[in-house]
Amino acid sequence: MAMNALASHKLRSALTLLGVLVGVFSIIVVMTAMRVMQTSIEADLSQLGSYTFVVRKWPGIYFGGPEGFEKFWRRKSITLAQYLQVQERASLAQSVGLETSFWGGQAVSRYEKTPPNVEFSGATPGTFPAKNWVVAEGRAILESDVDREHDVCVLGNSLSKILFPFGSAIGEQVKFDGINYTVIGVLESRGLTLGGNQDNFAVIPITTGLRRYGHQPWRSLSILVQAQSQELYDDTVEQVRGILRVIRKVPPGKEDDFEIFSNDSMIAQFKSFTLTVRLGVAVISSIALIAAGIGIMNIMLVSVTERTREIGIRRAVGAKKRNIMVQFIMEAVVLCEVGGALGVLLGILGGNATAFFLKLPPVIPFDWAVIGLLICSFVGIIFGTYPAYKAANLDPIESLRYE
Amino acid sequence: MGLIRLQNISRRYQMGTETIHALRDVSLEIERGEYVAIMGPSGSGKSTLMNLIGCLDTPTDGAFELNGNKVSEMDDNELAEIRNREIGFVFQSFNLLPRSSALHNVELPLIYSGMNAEERRKVALDTLENVGLTDRMHHKPNEMSGGQRQRVAIARALVNKPSIILADEPTGNLDTRTGVEIMALFADLSRKGNTLIVVTHEEDVAKHARRILRIRDGQIASDEKV
Repeated sequence: MAMNALASHKLRSALTLLGVLVGVFSIIVVMTAMRVMQTSIEADLSQLGSYTFVVRKWPGIYFGGPEGFEKFWRRKSITLAQYLQVQERASLAQSVGLETSFWGGQAVSRYEKTPPNVEFSGATPGTFPAKNWVVAEGRAILESDVDREHDVCVLGNSLSKILFPFGSAIGEQVKFDGINYTVIGVLESRGLTLGGNQDNFAVIPITTGLRRYGHQPWRSLSILVQAQSQELYDDTVEQVRGILRVIRKVPPGKEDDFEIFSNDSMIAQFKSFTLTVRLGVAVISSIALIAAGIGIMNIMLVSVTERTREIGIRRAVGAKKRNIMVQFIMEAVVLCEVGGALGVLLGILGGNATAFFLKLPPVIPFDWAVIGLLICSFVGIIFGTYPAYKAANLDPIESLRYE
Repeated sequence: MGLIRLQNISRRYQMGTETIHALRDVSLEIERGEYVAIMGPSGSGKSTLMNLIGCLDTPTDGAFELNGNKVSEMDDNELAEIRNREIGFVFQSFNLLPRSSALHNVELPLIYSGMNAEERRKVALDTLENVGLTDRMHHKPNEMSGGQRQRVAIARALVNKPSIILADEPTGNLDTRTGVEIMALFADLSRKGNTLIVVTHEEDVAKHARRILRIRDGQIASDEKV
């Protein structure tokens, strides 16, 4: 019944639902795009193992301007000595690791050369569980490697495949920055994210790297701490914070001169940043939807006047006020739903254009699709009610005579 | 007991500061199976009487009973139900839904009586067959002649098997020959036992009826059986 009336005014219905379409489209396109990026950024930010946190001079992610960053520059660097003290004193920690990046460039084996984009960093045994590195073949870096500053390395999965396409990398030599290292292990693959390949790196004992690349004052190391369990996580954070404040002589009452963050805290920070964007979109879309709703109300009022006679006929043959009311509300809702469904469809397509351009997996935000359609029904009901009420309360005698 | 019983019915309208007495103290009884013509000049109150009998309106004073239902005391929803169940309207200007097929127009009262789609279609088809329009059932009103449209309207009036068929100037928009055909259809319906009330100002139309009520100044001026 509702469909008939809409189909017979195609152009008018189309123009009306265009308003709804735009409103819903703008919500869905942004939400889809955000989710595409969020999925990938969260994967990017989830490089730490479970109940693990990082202590660093620099913050995990920073959304401020350059002037705020000066504060971090002025901080004292975190050193190997500080790490050793933390490792000794942090009784609640399961493992404590250290990490820093030494160099980026080309890796060379006797078979192959890589493009100059291999990340080359230093680690300790504690870094492995903290960064979720799982040894696929060979062994991890041991305390003895660190103590004796061995020239050994562990390769990321894809790097080992590039350098040693014909067999095992273990025991082979790899040259970084002109120096040969013996491969002792290969890690399991961790896949791709927005930042690119996560396996294109090599790790050496941190002491080996520090000997070779120096203990420059600007070289600040990252301490990675894994707690024993989720329950002990907060206590572990506090213990490490306390130890570091003592070592680094931070006066009581002053804020920490280092940053502590985890996967969760980075994701939360990212979410709070995107929340602003989402709120903005929600406000703009609501305005668009209100405008669309007013358009619908307007059209429905015209439609009621135009169909006065039809209403009279329906009333004469036995339609109750309720029947007329439902009919007109349904027409408004159908109008909104058609516009909304198109909006959702185009929005998901449009949002996934970001996935296409950034080469990320596409996302279908089912929850937002449902929310979008619910909002449409809501708009239809809200703005269809008054015209429907007007239609239902027409006098049947008058409306039968209406020309 | 009569099918329709009007006792001391009055209907007044308020037009600005003026009160219009459309009907004054009308009492009337119509039996099942009667064929009644209501005549009168415009402004006589015959439309008001028709609206009352058609349960589109309620009297200001007096009691109106239709098939044992006290219509004068009903609310809007009950009136709609009574119209649906007891009354079939035929209008001068046909009053069909312009964008719907003949079949859908005939189905319309059945939609509001809550019949399921399958049964509705069957009943509507049977009724269209009774008025000889089976071959036109998928046509829209603007694809049919005046006579055909009026027959669709008559089918719609008949489809719920109402107690009364109430026709308001049924031949007013038709040429003479088609008018005669429609009146023949009414005569046929009357012979089959339907109760017919025709409101008209044409003597030619009224003479088909077996009882003629003449209304003047809101009162029954004469009531004669033919």
